[in-house]
Amino acid sequence: MSTVLKKVVQKEDAMLLQKELINRNYHELATARETNRKVSATFVPGNLNELLMCFDFARSLPETNALQNGMRKKSGKMIMDAERDGHSEDVCTYVKADLGMMLQGQVGPTGEPLPTPDVLLLSYTGCFTFMKWFELIRQKYDCETVMLHVPYQGDGKISANMRDYVVKQLKEKVIPTLEKVSGVKFDIDRLRQYMRESAKAEEDLVWTLQSAKHKPSPIDGYFGAVYYIGPIFTAFRGTPEATEYYRVLRGEIEQRIREGKGPLTPEGEHPGEKYRLVVEGPPNWTSFREFWKMFYDEGAVVVASTYSKVGGVYDFGFRHDPERPLESLAEYCLGCYTNLNFPQRIDMICKYLDEYQADGLLINSIKSCNSFSAGQLLILREVEKRTGKPAAFIESDLVDPRYFSAANIKNRLESYFQMVKQKRAVH
Amino acid sequence: MSTREIVARCERLFEDLRFGAVKDWKAAAPGRKAIGYMPIYVPREIIHAAGMLPVGIFGGGDQLEVIQGDAYYQSYICRIPRSTLELGLTGRLDCLDGMLFPSICDVIRNLSGMWQIMFKDKYVKYFDLPQNYDDDTGGEFYVHEMQQLREDLGRLAGTPVTDERLRASIAVYNENRKAIRELYAYRAAQPWQAPTSELYLVLRAGCVLPPEEHTALVRSYLAEARQETRPQRDNARVVLSGSFCEQPPLGLIKSIEMAGCYVVDDDFQLIQSWLLCDVPLEGDPLEELSKAFLHRSTSTSSKYDERKEDKGKFLLKQIKDRGAEGVVFAAASFCDPALLERPMLQQILAQHKIPYTAFKYAENTGQMAPIREQAGTFADSIKLWSAA
Repeated sequence: MSTVLKKVVQKEDAMLLQKELINRNYHELATARETNRKVSATFVPGNLNELLMCFDFARSLPETNALQNGMRKKSGKMIMDAERDGHSEDVCTYVKADLGMMLQGQVGPTGEPLPTPDVLLLSYTGCFTFMKWFELIRQKYDCETVMLHVPYQGDGKISANMRDYVVKQLKEKVIPTLEKVSGVKFDIDRLRQYMRESAKAEEDLVWTLQSAKHKPSPIDGYFGAVYYIGPIFTAFRGTPEATEYYRVLRGEIEQRIREGKGPLTPEGEHPGEKYRLVVEGPPNWTSFREFWKMFYDEGAVVVASTYSKVGGVYDFGFRHDPERPLESLAEYCLGCYTNLNFPQRIDMICKYLDEYQADGLLINSIKSCNSFSAGQLLILREVEKRTGKPAAFIESDLVDPRYFSAANIKNRLESYFQMVKQKRAVH
Repeated sequence: MSTREIVARCERLFEDLRFGAVKDWKAAAPGRKAIGYMPIYVPREIIHAAGMLPVGIFGGGDQLEVIQGDAYYQSYICRIPRSTLELGLTGRLDCLDGMLFPSICDVIRNLSGMWQIMFKDKYVKYFDLPQNYDDDTGGEFYVHEMQQLREDLGRLAGTPVTDERLRASIAVYNENRKAIRELYAYRAAQPWQAPTSELYLVLRAGCVLPPEEHTALVRSYLAEARQETRPQRDNARVVLSGSFCEQPPLGLIKSIEMAGCYVVDDDFQLIQSWLLCDVPLEGDPLEELSKAFLHRSTSTSSKYDERKEDKGKFLLKQIKDRGAEGVVFAAASFCDPALLERPMLQQILAQHKIPYTAFKYAENTGQMAPIREQAGTFADSIKLWSAA
């Protein structure tokens, strides 16, 4: 009988802390009924975590549930169950994984049950599917739903009209509904206090992501960054735990810079930075490690990504501002990455390519996500035209394992790295 | 003109992907401008009040070979943005001085930014519609959006869009909507007299004709259709739902009818019947347009239903008012709003024991046999059930 030794996955302390936070949140959700807490559900882009905490909600984020199920290889069956239940094969697999999870008895990614939400806060930022998603959940569970319509930055700016509209909805719809469901009176000073914490964590998050400007980069700004953004994009922004997490993370990365180290990968230290890339689009979750390995095996490091801005764009100066709390929440929602128009998205990518001294752009186009994907081929052309740097395009999906073709992606990546190498030789 | 002649004229307008009617309208007087709009709704009154021609752009249909447009989209994106880009890149939309992209879905939303980059000399606006229906909140936001559009178009026209002109345009569109309501009511009452394949072409003419001319055309079609005597068949009466953006090919509509269905209501050209009643001519015109949008407009999957009990209400009313016996869900492939909405509507129909069938199409679907077969089986099953 042979013994198979399981490889030990390498993790930094901050990664372990992050995992502990996420698991703790699932446990809080699982025990919410016992602890007499009301449960909210909301989305990552436009996540009003500070506001929800003002009403003592246990906080669930359906996209995070879906991606965690994806990483644990549970989403495939959930999606197929939802399709058997009448949902189209053409639509978002986050939605179907969530609906499939309900069909399977609403057991969360960690194996603990997820309670039915008491309120759905439909903070509808940068993606129309969110609106239908919560309508679908409401149809099933008949729970209170409150809409926060966040206008799109079609003209590439946030107008006073847009901001006022969001603030008014917060005052007149969202806050009264949250008060009604929770039975807790809104306290603006409590909100301010959470926002102060948010701003501290945001400083350290930005420092962390921008540390990739170093050569070699001490972090992977895509695969590693999805761990780094975990607490701040989900149920922890505004908590002292999140502030502490980012302080520890920053300390670890400062240490890596001092030691001249590259990013830590699941298999240990990065083999050495050969290619510096910017990535546009979300990752694939069902084969996340395999996908990452295709990069570090070739010596590629992602130095900046747009996905790590999906729950908030902080690197151009925005911070939650406790002095103008509702306006600041509105600006946060309006500024999330997928709420930016195409010229803004292209400008941002070109800026990253320049500031992070990247070799090129890689687009991971996600079948499920029209908000990201529709028009990405124009992004590719425009970025190549403006920067002269090579760009490449691969396709996968968020949590549908049927749409991850490892061989195709690997081939594409290898050809792309060759292209980058040739381009370097020419210049 | 006879019914046949009117329909033939509408079909010529429909098939003309070079937008000759728009060019003719512009050439008739110096300085005229035309503004394109995509589905699902824009207040055309503002464009009209600026002295411009509103032009509905609903993709390239099944006659346009998409070559360049395909280079911008992955296989899992619907067809309307690629054929619309094809129209733009091949110069077919050069007659337009601007394009409006209303909030309907992420694909059309992103297309607005692509248009800004690819057609830099044109006026391009993403036109956000409110999902909050309170006058003081969503209404105020929407009035500002309309005011912005009004100012932009006034600048483009070189003359301000006054309240007086806006009221005059509202009156013109009230008449147009009234004519369309009459047409829909007539078709529902006697669908054999006004087949949907004809009604559809009459509606599509409204995408390129000035509203005054379109109203007259709708009225003449109605008058002529009433004069005809066409054979009544024992068809199933159905509402067609989900075709509000990318349009099905005309052949598909004909196939559904040939298979034994009378389409007694549909959502093909929602913009033309979006506002359910006349917009009052008194008061502030933008506020009146806003109130009409917020409180007296159609329901569709791109609009948020505030309460659970609102879901499907509009469809049930359509079924009841039109005396329909079933629903055909026909959605464009990869159409997020329609396909995400569909299971909710199906559940409601099941609760009310209303039969339905569902399929997907693309604007260039060529193979009609499976659709004809499915629609035929559906019509037969309705007839069998109703006989039981």
